[in-house]
Amino acid sequence: MSESELSNVPKPDEFMAIDHKPPKSGWMETPVDFKPGNYCFPAKAKNLKILDMPNPREWSPTDEDWKLPENWKEIIIEGIRERLDKYRSFRIFMDICVRCGACADKCHFFIGSGDPKNMPVLRAELLRSVYRNDFTMAGKILGRLAGARELTIDVIKEWFYYFYQCTECRRCSVFCPYGIDTAEITMMGRELLHLLGLGINWAMEPVANCFMTGNHLGIQPHGFKETLEFFAEDAEEITGVKIEVPINKKGAEILFVVPSGDYFGDPGTFTCTGYMMLFHELGLDYTWSTFASEGGNFGLFTSHEMIKRLNAKIYAEAKRLGVKWILGGECGHMWRVVNQYMDTMNGPADFLEEPVSPITGTKFENAKSTKMVHIMEFTADLIKHNKLRLDPSRNDNYIVTFHDSCNPARAMGILEEPRDVIKNVCNHFYEMPENTIREQTFCCGGGAGLGTDENMDMRLRGGFARGNAVRYVQEKHGVNRLACMCAIDRATLIPVCDYWAPGVEVTGIHEMVANALIMRGETERETDLRGEPLPGKEEKDE
Amino acid sequence: MGLWFSLFSIVILVLLVVGGVEVFSWDSLFGVLIPYAAFVIFLIGIIYRVGKWAKTPVPFRIPTTCGQHKSHPWIKANNLESPYNSLGVIGRMALEVLFFRSLFRNTRVELMDGPRLVYGGTKWLWAAGLAFHWSFLFIVIRHLRFFTEPVPFFVNLLEGMDGLFEISVPTFYLTDIVIISAVTYLFLRRVVIPQLRYISLAADYFPLFLILSIAITGVLMRHFYKVDILSVKELATGLSTLNPVTPEGVGLLFYIHLFLVSILLMYLPFSKLMHMGGVFLSPTRNMANNNRMVRHVNPWNYPVKVHTYEEYEDDFRVKMKNAGLPVEKE
Repeated sequence: MSESELSNVPKPDEFMAIDHKPPKSGWMETPVDFKPGNYCFPAKAKNLKILDMPNPREWSPTDEDWKLPENWKEIIIEGIRERLDKYRSFRIFMDICVRCGACADKCHFFIGSGDPKNMPVLRAELLRSVYRNDFTMAGKILGRLAGARELTIDVIKEWFYYFYQCTECRRCSVFCPYGIDTAEITMMGRELLHLLGLGINWAMEPVANCFMTGNHLGIQPHGFKETLEFFAEDAEEITGVKIEVPINKKGAEILFVVPSGDYFGDPGTFTCTGYMMLFHELGLDYTWSTFASEGGNFGLFTSHEMIKRLNAKIYAEAKRLGVKWILGGECGHMWRVVNQYMDTMNGPADFLEEPVSPITGTKFENAKSTKMVHIMEFTADLIKHNKLRLDPSRNDNYIVTFHDSCNPARAMGILEEPRDVIKNVCNHFYEMPENTIREQTFCCGGGAGLGTDENMDMRLRGGFARGNAVRYVQEKHGVNRLACMCAIDRATLIPVCDYWAPGVEVTGIHEMVANALIMRGETERETDLRGEPLPGKEEKDE
Repeated sequence: MGLWFSLFSIVILVLLVVGGVEVFSWDSLFGVLIPYAAFVIFLIGIIYRVGKWAKTPVPFRIPTTCGQHKSHPWIKANNLESPYNSLGVIGRMALEVLFFRSLFRNTRVELMDGPRLVYGGTKWLWAAGLAFHWSFLFIVIRHLRFFTEPVPFFVNLLEGMDGLFEISVPTFYLTDIVIISAVTYLFLRRVVIPQLRYISLAADYFPLFLILSIAITGVLMRHFYKVDILSVKELATGLSTLNPVTPEGVGLLFYIHLFLVSILLMYLPFSKLMHMGGVFLSPTRNMANNNRMVRHVNPWNYPVKVHTYEEYEDDFRVKMKNAGLPVEKE
């Protein structure tokens, strides 16, 4: 994200001069308007070809003709039928909504844009209206009156716009009296769009990369090795401790999998360095993998089949390397996939052992089937058993708040472990208001494949609720660091903070762990992992 | 449009009974045939709909977690908001079905100058929803008095509670006041709140009008245009014992009431009112968050095309060797 791009956005009060009242024209009569900054560029043909996906071609959402297959309508209707028969969630969520409206102002995109089709209920009605028309008796007889409408090209265009203005964050589902989950509906909507070759490049390029090179960014094995070694050198410069980087090591006890954002861009890289320092200090027998070099899974933003296709490499690699169990880094949607899909799709992982911490002996009972442990569970356990020597005062320049990422909060429930760790590695921690954290947390505005710069207007709108809560603690407590355990957050919250709460920087949790970690044989540290002077070391810096 | 259509439909339905009973004296049609047909459609409809849902597989375990998961013993897991076993799921569902747990969480957000957001709790929808559903249930149970002889003790008990304040003769039931107020509130918020009016369909107004009409005709019969209660009981008992009769003197108001109830029964299985059954089957609520402990099986899991390690190594072998990374095939 460049500075210039943010400077194109009007000042916040002007930007937020929106009205949450719906327009005069009914929603079925209001055609979609592709506003620049509010949609993502379409998937390039080359990426769809790599993945054998239908209808690869070059096109643009603002084109009149989207170059759809001739029988597009039949494909969609059949696609809906197939999914109704395969997913109880989909069928029930199509049937039982009472339009009570409880979800309406729970969506960060509705709060930030005022567009009524961003109310979760209406987002679902976009699809539900077609379902009623072709699959229910009331819809067939009463038509429009029953909320049914015919599937047209304009409906498809509307789907493309609004199913890519949902980050599948599940916040609405927390408040729905029937647990209707818009993430589930958006996933179905996107699967249907993909049947016609309608996807976004910010999702499909990572998917294609991940399929071929093992990670979203297309980093090849030698590049992966160089990058990690570079981090190790950085860590050595700061600590004086030489850190080894085990890669593709057969027979290691643990396979460690992270989202590729962690070794690609700041500030994820500091967290990545943090993992390596921690594991070195523990003497952990672990390995990275160049093949399973991505825990994140943009398949989740594509289709159920694609989740499985990309996720398969993790168990496959664990088997090939002969490890006992898998440890996973700080990532949001990766953990939704690990927690809710991996074992079902690609398990059973009966070639692995039930995870046990080699340092504390703790059995991770809650991961006994999947055999994959969240790093925050691992580190919280180390701290609980006093296995780490920590000096939290090294993080005293940080006044920290914590952003619960959507998926760990609402698709996993890992709420206390990160707080446990943060409170042990820094001295100044303040929570954001309760309506914006834990299960009620707000999305960064750029999840589910939407974190691309051409979509910046909508991202900042989506990030408003989060940014606003950050600004609140910034003003109240002087917060200057927003901690999170998600690679997408570490990328997308930067512009959100720069715009809504300037002065707050984003950090991963293991970056702070590594800052506080007193390593054996280390020299006196002058700076933190970012190269900024530690508290009390500022004078020497001059 | 939906609002007027719904209101108009109710008027037509009422006029149908007026015409049928007053002009054509089709007492048996409205007193026997339609109620029986409605009951049969209701039963078959519900079984069909629930059956269809139940038959549809649940490929993935996707609970929405609203509390701390189970991990380490020293971290308190929240078994009601993020259940890790069946007991937790039962508890979560009970809270949801009996007390509308999720709706209780409801908040409202306001955009203020600054710009900044202000959050507040809002319990009105929850309170009205709960009041409506519970009073509806009480009223249904109270009506068992008409179909049973002797009247079961719990019906008498409930009736006693309901008429506790002994206002007017016969006693005014609390639930009557509650259901009419709650439905009126649910209707008004739909009309008054702009976003809600924007999303509301005929299918949202119609059941509200229908239930309101049923409640009002019921109250009218009890307090204002008193019907011959013995004849009503005779008809109702006749229906329930499969010995239908249409006694003189049950009156037009009663037939309107009964007809609207029949319409409700027939309408229910094909409408959003099926949320009654659907809530029990919602995968984000009725599943335990124990995916990493217990493997969930997808009945239609199928093999997919993957890029294997062997293919990957073929693509990058030279580069891997040059970088000193171990390879399978030299």
